[in-house]
Amino acid sequence: MSQRLYLYPIWLRVWHGINAIMFLVLIATGISMQYSNPDAPLIRFDLAVQWHNITGIVLSINYLIFFVGNIVTGNGKFYFIRLKGFVQQIIQQVMYYVIGTFKGQPTPFPVTERRKFNPLQKLTYVGAMYMLVPVVIFSGLALLFPEFIVQKVFSFSGIYLTALLHGAVGFLLSLFLVIHIYFSTMGSTPTSNFKGMMTGWHEPH
Amino acid sequence: MKKIILLLLTLASAGQLAWAQLNVDMESEPAKMEDNKHCFNCHSNKIYTYENEVSGLTERKAMNPNFVYSPEKFYEGVHRHFACTDCHSPDYENFPHQAELRLDPMYTCIDCHGGDPTYASYHFEEVEEAFKQSVHASRHDETFSCWMCHDPHSYKAMTRSDFKISEIVTYHNQMCVSCHDNPVNFQRITDSTKRPLAEIHNFLPNFQLHFSAVRCIECHTSSQDTSWVAHNILEKEFAVKKCVECHSANSMLTSSLYKYQNIEARRNRGTLNAVIVNDAYVIGANRNIYLNIISIILFGMTIVGILIHIFFRIKKH
Repeated sequence: MSQRLYLYPIWLRVWHGINAIMFLVLIATGISMQYSNPDAPLIRFDLAVQWHNITGIVLSINYLIFFVGNIVTGNGKFYFIRLKGFVQQIIQQVMYYVIGTFKGQPTPFPVTERRKFNPLQKLTYVGAMYMLVPVVIFSGLALLFPEFIVQKVFSFSGIYLTALLHGAVGFLLSLFLVIHIYFSTMGSTPTSNFKGMMTGWHEPH
Repeated sequence: MKKIILLLLTLASAGQLAWAQLNVDMESEPAKMEDNKHCFNCHSNKIYTYENEVSGLTERKAMNPNFVYSPEKFYEGVHRHFACTDCHSPDYENFPHQAELRLDPMYTCIDCHGGDPTYASYHFEEVEEAFKQSVHASRHDETFSCWMCHDPHSYKAMTRSDFKISEIVTYHNQMCVSCHDNPVNFQRITDSTKRPLAEIHNFLPNFQLHFSAVRCIECHTSSQDTSWVAHNILEKEFAVKKCVECHSANSMLTSSLYKYQNIEARRNRGTLNAVIVNDAYVIGANRNIYLNIISIILFGMTIVGILIHIFFRIKKH
């Protein structure tokens, strides 16, 4: 077995922990509001609104920490995608998850000090953290201050469209979370990646 | 079964549509425009002039603001074909008006519209009954008439015309806030003082957004009041305060405010469009069935994909 790597510094682990908790509360309260039912409330509507608003703001501030932290500490370089050969690398990684892992093949892009994420992780993390999360944050802030939302967009209600976007992107991020948690079980042991996010040390395959 | 439900819905909507029609000719020229010019010469201005026959001078006087009316609004209203003297004594045509004319009793809606088959679809008698049960009737004497809220000189039957929901909300709420958020008007009929509306309703998130999106009567009338526009205003203790009454799939708004929209939708645009172009978005109530289905399919596929992967991992292990 190759050496353990210290890949997750304390600031990143704290950010990740806060982000995870806020994400879960936002999903639970968001579903509760979207599918509110007076006879069987998941979370009481007024509480769901309050918690969703508070956790949304905390997540937004936390995102700033992630954004700035990535620039300041250099952690951002792990998210950098080189387009040349990237599609091929993605296919390679997908084939590993679909076939290779069951044949006992080694992972095509093992974690090193210089490569924290495999190409598929890069793609989904960049998509989630640099595209979807900003959209969900800005649309959420707009819904918090609806007076700033354009009233009509080609005869469509601006608030409705913003809410639709917020809900749709929130749903995609929920899917991301489910997949992210599942793939986290594919470390050297099913729990090693979870331990790694607690201790900071990555256990290689 | 589905066909029976559809048939019943169609019949119900046809019935509501018949109920909701406005039987006032809003297109042609107002019938008594010429006759009314004489009155509007003075009563449409804050300052009026007249020839003082005693002094021989032309005098300028300030009109009592309560008696200033807009001809434009009058001719946009439901009484647009009326002459002023259809409701007010013909003696008003003489100036100066006789003081005792002010003692003439005013008509109420039911005086003209009650028992008249022409206006049967308006259900004025039901409205009268609902009003009599309301806090406006129980807290005040008979001087609290229809005119306290509905100005006959400009009244529009908003829900029977092609107005948008947002316009209906603004128009109807203006009736309430003109007294309930105006201490001067409020204290004309009561000695009690009133806290500002924003303070009373501070439990609502985005108070202003709620006020611009739904009518006061949505929460402040009895749900048993099935009138086209509910008139049984309740004591404040009985107002709706639970969010889910509106923010849920079976939102009470669908049987109150949005019934106008449903009719408009069927008439012009199709239900989905009518919901989309509505200014208000009510989370929990405005659910898009297609997006719901897509999201369930996507989520299901993800879970199935993961379960298959887990199965093969266990098998391999």
